[in-house]
Amino acid sequence: MIQTDILIIGAGPCGLFTVFEAGLLKLRCHLIDALPQAGGQCAEIYPKKPIYDIPAYPEILAGDLVDQLMAQAAPFKPGFTLGERAETIVKDDEDQFIVTTNRGTVHRAPIIAIAGGLGCFEPRKPPVDRLEEYEDRGVEYIIKDPEFYRGKKVVISGGGDSALDWTNFLADGVASEVTLVHRRDGFRGHPDSVQKVIDLAEEGRIRLLTNGEVVGVDGEEHLEGVTVKHKTEGDIRLGCDHWVPLFGLSPKLGPIADWNLNISKNAIEVDTFDYSTGVDGIYAIGDINTYPGKLKLILCGFHEATLMVQSAFKRIYPDKNLVLKYTTVNGVNGF
Amino acid sequence: MSTIRVTVIDREDVSHELEAPTDMNMNVMELCKSAELPVEGTCGGMAMCASCHCYVEDAASADLPGKSDDEEDMLDEAFHVEDNSRLGCQLHLRDDMDGMVIRLAPVG
Repeated sequence: MIQTDILIIGAGPCGLFTVFEAGLLKLRCHLIDALPQAGGQCAEIYPKKPIYDIPAYPEILAGDLVDQLMAQAAPFKPGFTLGERAETIVKDDEDQFIVTTNRGTVHRAPIIAIAGGLGCFEPRKPPVDRLEEYEDRGVEYIIKDPEFYRGKKVVISGGGDSALDWTNFLADGVASEVTLVHRRDGFRGHPDSVQKVIDLAEEGRIRLLTNGEVVGVDGEEHLEGVTVKHKTEGDIRLGCDHWVPLFGLSPKLGPIADWNLNISKNAIEVDTFDYSTGVDGIYAIGDINTYPGKLKLILCGFHEATLMVQSAFKRIYPDKNLVLKYTTVNGVNGF
Repeated sequence: MSTIRVTVIDREDVSHELEAPTDMNMNVMELCKSAELPVEGTCGGMAMCASCHCYVEDAASADLPGKSDDEEDMLDEAFHVEDNSRLGCQLHLRDDMDGMVIRLAPVG
């Protein structure tokens, strides 16, 4: 079990800056993130895009901002549980929270800071009727083990790198039949992968259906086929064992929605005095919270983190006097 | 300051007449968010998500800019894509868009 002072759910900019502010008050932090690396959206979605509204940085790449925040937090030796999603929360008889991830890692802390941004990134599911009925019975949103598709008839949807790469991989003697369905003629993947798909289609080794999208699924117990709505040819039914829609990731609030917090419009309601939620000891900062006048900006999240750790300190040490520490006086003293 | 009128039809089919400045380099996604319409704008307007997907029902007198590769690529990850689909964040408000009608695409 991992014991810490502040358990931060979400290792984006706001969560990382919390480590620094908490460290100044001698509070230790541990971060959990569903993504395999720290940095949240900045690292996952747009690491190479510039951000212009970070004070004192006229321009900084999102990835560089994450690197700087990691360096700023480093003296306080944060712990990380990455690639795991915070799943359940319970309180023990010593007024500490126990948070367990989807992989069973157990964390214990008197304070929880939810800095989950827009939530966990999950595969985008196309709006097809009865899709849920076939999940894990022929419909998969991620290819975990290509061997699973050996000898099967597979339909893949999407136009990005993962759709192209898996089409090429499965067509190379793994699946018995591969069809790639894409909404338009152009592909946005790597030019080599695009060319390979086109070559395979011309050689008759895959079926390439552009200008179409899957609009229906059918089958008794297991998926037996999909229906493609084609721009010029109308509806086409494709018999298949598997349909793998690959449309990227989108954020979902995830299990936090079941933590008995006050949720409004997919965000956690907080008191702007200290960004506390309705549950004593649980705070929410950054894009995941909401209050009157809320702005989803990184710099606002930094401010929220700073005020939040003051309140957290008082909750952990009710009898200690809290003195605001100016780093200009003593510098930063790490652990 | 010059302003135009843009109509945004939400997902409940309710029309919202919005006044929009054209001298702030504002885009349709930002306009919708400032009017508290249900547009996420997850990536902050960088054409890196498709949460501001909308349909241009009537472009008024505007000759809309064509879709960049980035925008076209992101529309590949959106659902319910039509010929008049756009990412709101890529439509910067201009004077010739006065009277434009936008419809929010279904969430998905």
